[in-house]
Amino acid sequence: MTALLIGTFTVSGAHTLMWLPRAVQMRRQNAGAQAETHAMEYERFSRLNRILHVLMIVSFISLALTGMTLKFSYTRWAGALSRLLGGYETAGYIHRFAAGVMIGVFVAHIYDLVRRKRATRTTWKSVLFGPNTMLPTKKDLSDFVGSIKWFLGLGRRPQYGRWTYWEKFDYFAVFWGIFVIGSTGLTLWFSEFFTRFLPGWLLNVATIIHSDEALLATGFIFTVHFFNTHLRPEKFPMDIVVFTGRMPIEELKRDKPEEYEALVASGELEKHLVEPYPPIVVRTIRFFAWAALSIGFLIVVAIVYAMLFAYR
Amino acid sequence: MFRSLLLLPLLLPAYARAQSPDDCFACHEDKTLKGKRAGRAISVYVDRKAFAASVHAAVSCTDCHTDLEKKELPHDEDLAPVACGTCHSEEEKKHAASLHGKAVARKDPLAPRCSSCHGYHDILPVKDPRSAVAPQRIPFVCGSCHREGAPVQTQRNIHQSNILENYSESIHGEGLLKKGLVVTATCVSCHTAHDILPHTDPRSSIARRNIASTCARCHMLIEQVHQKVIKGALWEKEQHVLPACVDCHQPHKARRVFYDQGMASKDCLRCHEKRDIKAKDGRSLYVDQAELSNSIHVKQACSQCHSGVTPSRVRACETLTQKVDCGSCHVETVQLYQQSTHGQLVAKSDPNGPTCRECHGTHGMLGKRNPQSVTFPTKVPDLCARCHRQGQKATVRYTGTERQIVERYTESIHGKGLLKSGLVVTATCTNCHTAHRVLPRADTRSSVNPWNLPETCGTCHSGIQEQFAQSIHSPRVTRTDKQLPVCEDCHSAHRIRRADEDGFKLTIMDQCGKCHEDIAKTYFDTYHGKVSQLGYTKTAKCYDCHGAHDILPVANPRRISAARTWSKPAGNATRAQPGGLRVTSLTQPTTTPPSIPGCSGRSGE
Repeated sequence: MTALLIGTFTVSGAHTLMWLPRAVQMRRQNAGAQAETHAMEYERFSRLNRILHVLMIVSFISLALTGMTLKFSYTRWAGALSRLLGGYETAGYIHRFAAGVMIGVFVAHIYDLVRRKRATRTTWKSVLFGPNTMLPTKKDLSDFVGSIKWFLGLGRRPQYGRWTYWEKFDYFAVFWGIFVIGSTGLTLWFSEFFTRFLPGWLLNVATIIHSDEALLATGFIFTVHFFNTHLRPEKFPMDIVVFTGRMPIEELKRDKPEEYEALVASGELEKHLVEPYPPIVVRTIRFFAWAALSIGFLIVVAIVYAMLFAYR
Repeated sequence: MFRSLLLLPLLLPAYARAQSPDDCFACHEDKTLKGKRAGRAISVYVDRKAFAASVHAAVSCTDCHTDLEKKELPHDEDLAPVACGTCHSEEEKKHAASLHGKAVARKDPLAPRCSSCHGYHDILPVKDPRSAVAPQRIPFVCGSCHREGAPVQTQRNIHQSNILENYSESIHGEGLLKKGLVVTATCVSCHTAHDILPHTDPRSSIARRNIASTCARCHMLIEQVHQKVIKGALWEKEQHVLPACVDCHQPHKARRVFYDQGMASKDCLRCHEKRDIKAKDGRSLYVDQAELSNSIHVKQACSQCHSGVTPSRVRACETLTQKVDCGSCHVETVQLYQQSTHGQLVAKSDPNGPTCRECHGTHGMLGKRNPQSVTFPTKVPDLCARCHRQGQKATVRYTGTERQIVERYTESIHGKGLLKSGLVVTATCTNCHTAHRVLPRADTRSSVNPWNLPETCGTCHSGIQEQFAQSIHSPRVTRTDKQLPVCEDCHSAHRIRRADEDGFKLTIMDQCGKCHEDIAKTYFDTYHGKVSQLGYTKTAKCYDCHGAHDILPVANPRRISAARTWSKPAGNATRAQPGGLRVTSLTQPTTTPPSIPGCSGRSGE
C-alpha cells in the first residue's frame, strides 16, 4: 500500500518536474498570442460532463476534508476542522452524503457513455478503440516516450490527440478510486451487513485501504492533477476549460494538434464551435475554481504538515 | 416549709389512758383525720406501715411527742415541736451552730429543720439507699432549696449560683448521678451534714485553710501531685499564700480541666496587658486580652500552658524555663505531630520546621469550627500555602514531582467545592495529608502513600475503595513488582477534575496509556480513538468497556462488560453474528485478550 503511494508519487512527481522547464519555454513562446476574445471557441466538454466535474470537485473536497479529520486526528488542525464542520457526527453525515454524490457522478457518467453510444449508433468497438478512446493505446506509449525525449531536449513536442496519456491516467485514477475507496467505504458504512458474510478482520483491512487510498487520491489530485492541468506555466494560473467546456481554436491547435487536424480533415470543426460565455459567467467560474484550488492546496499543506511534523 | 409545720402537732384524739402506739394509731390510722394548726385544717394521718419500717419503729410515739406523756386521750390539738436533740444531741448542737440552725433561731420561715431533710415518721437509716439522705439522694435533698430559682437561692444571700446544675456536670456529680458511685463527693462530703458553716468561718470545712484537708479526705496525698504548682513546704505551714483547691477546681464545677480562674490569668495580665511590656531580647510580651477572651483556650489559665510558674513569688513567671508544651493536654495530637515531617524538622531544630503555633497561632487561637480560625476548612489551603506555595520555603526543600500545588488544588473539584461553593466538608489539604501526621508520599506510614491512598480517598468516596480493592489494579489481586496505579495516577494528586467533565474524560485515555502503551496505541487507530482524539467524548473510552474503579481481571466472569447487551460469540470468532457490530482494532497485541466479549474479529483470528 505504501509502495503504491510512493511509486505513484515518484513517477508522476518526476514527470511533472521534468515537464516544468519545457512548459516555461512554451509560455514564453505563447506570450503574445492572446488577442482575439470574441472569436468562436471549440466545445471540448459537454454540459453534462461539466456539471459532473463540478459535482465531483465538491464531493471530493467534502470527502477529503471530513475524512482527513479522522486520519490526522492527532493534529490540532484536525480538531479545529472537525468543529468547523459541525462535529464528528455532522462530518460523518457530510462524508457519507458526499460519497453518495460521488457514486452518483460515477453512475451518471457510465450511463452517459451508454446513452451516447446508443445515440450515435456506433459499436462498442469504435467507442473503446476508436481515435477518441479513453483506453490507453500504442500512441499513448509513443507520446509518453516522445514527451520524455522532449523534456530532455532530445526531440520535438509530440502531436497529442484529444486525450493525452496523463489525462487518461487521471481518468482511470478516478475509476480506481471509486472502486477501491468506494467499496471499502461502503464496507465500513454498512459494516453490520457486510460482516454477515465477511470476516471481521476485513474491516480493519478496509479501514487501512480506505484511509491510504484516500491519501493517495487526495495527494495525487491536489498536486499532480493540479499541476498538469492548471499550474504548468503555459496554463498558469488555471485552465477553466472543464467548467466552460470551451477552448480557443488556437489553443486546440497548439495543445491537441492531432485532434485539430482530424477535425479539420473531417470538416467537423464547425459543428463544435460555440459562442464564448459572457465575462460575468467566466468570472463566477473563476471564483469557484479559485476556491476549489485553494482548498486543495490547503489540504496538501495540512497533510504534509501532519505527516512530516506532527506525526506520532 | 409547710412540711416542717406539719411535724409539730400530732393531734391525737383525747383518750384518757392511751399511751401505746396502738392507742395512737386507733385514731391516726384514719386517712381522713384532720387536726388544726394555727387555725388551718391539716391531715394528722400517720402511715403505720412506713412507721413500722422506719429507724424509729421501736420508739414509742410519746418518746418524741413528749408533751403527750400521760395525757388523756384524745389530746389537745396544739402540740409542741418534736425535739430530735433529746436523742441526737450532737447533731442538734452542730445544727444549731450551723447556718441552717441560726436561720431557724432567727425564725426564718425558709430555715430547714431536721424533718426538712430527714422526714417525719418514715425516717430510714442513712445506709438504706431509699433513705432521703442516702448519698445519691443528697443533691436532690439539698437541691430542694438550693436549686436555681428556689426561694432560698433567690431570697437569701447565697454566693454560688447554678449549684445543682454545676454539680451535676462536675466530675463528682457525673460519678454520682451517671455512674452511681455512692462513694463520690456529694454536698455533705464537703459541706458536712449538720455543721454547715460559711466559708468565711475558720471552722468551716470549706474555709480556705481547711479546703485542702476536706478535699484530701478523698484525694489523699493530692499535695504531692500538685508540688509542681504549690511549693510542698508551704502546703502545711502557710496555706493562706497558696491557692486553695477551689481556686483552680471551682467549687461545684470540679472537673478535670475546668480551671476557670486561677492564680494565673488575672495575676499574669496585671503585667502582660501592658502594651509596652518586652522581653530582654526585645520581643513583645503583650497579651491582648480581647484576643484571649475569644480564644478557644479562654477557660485555660495562663499557667496551664506556661507551666513551671511559682505562684508564691511576686513574679510567678520568673521560674519559667520551658516553652509552651501543647502536648501536656493534646497528648495524642502531639505524638502524631512528632512523627510528621514537620515534627521531625523541628526536632532537628530546622528553622523551617513549623511548630504548633505556626499553624494554630498563640493566645488568639480559635477552634477549627470557628469560621474566623486559620484552621477552618476554607482557610486551610491558604494556611498550608504559607509554606507550600511555589517559591515558598517548603517548595524549596521539596524534591518530588508536584508543582503549583496550591494553584492546582484551587482549580480542582475539591478546591472549587471548598473555595467557590463553600462546601466545608470537601477535601482540604488536611483531609488527605492529615492535619498533624503529615508524611511524605514515600513513607509507608503516610496517608498519601500509594498503599494507603485508596483508604484515604475512601474516607469520603465511600464504596469506591471496595470496588478498587477487587479490581485488577489492586495489589491484592495483581501480584507484580511493577507499580500499580492508585487514585492519584488517574485523577492526579492535586488538580483533581470532575470525572464527568470532557477534560477528564479525554485525558483518561492518556492516563491508561501511560502503562498500557501498546493498547492505547491501537485504540487510537480505531474510530473510537480517533474521534476521542479530536476532542469528542461521545465515543467509547477505556472506561466505557473496562469500567473505572472496578476493572476486573479478564478471567473474572463478573467483569463489567457490554455482554449484557451483546452476545458472546460461540466458538469461531469469525462467525457471522446477526446484528452484532464487530468492533476491531488494527493491530491488537496478541498478548491482550479481547476487551469486550461479543466483539470478535481481531486481526489474525
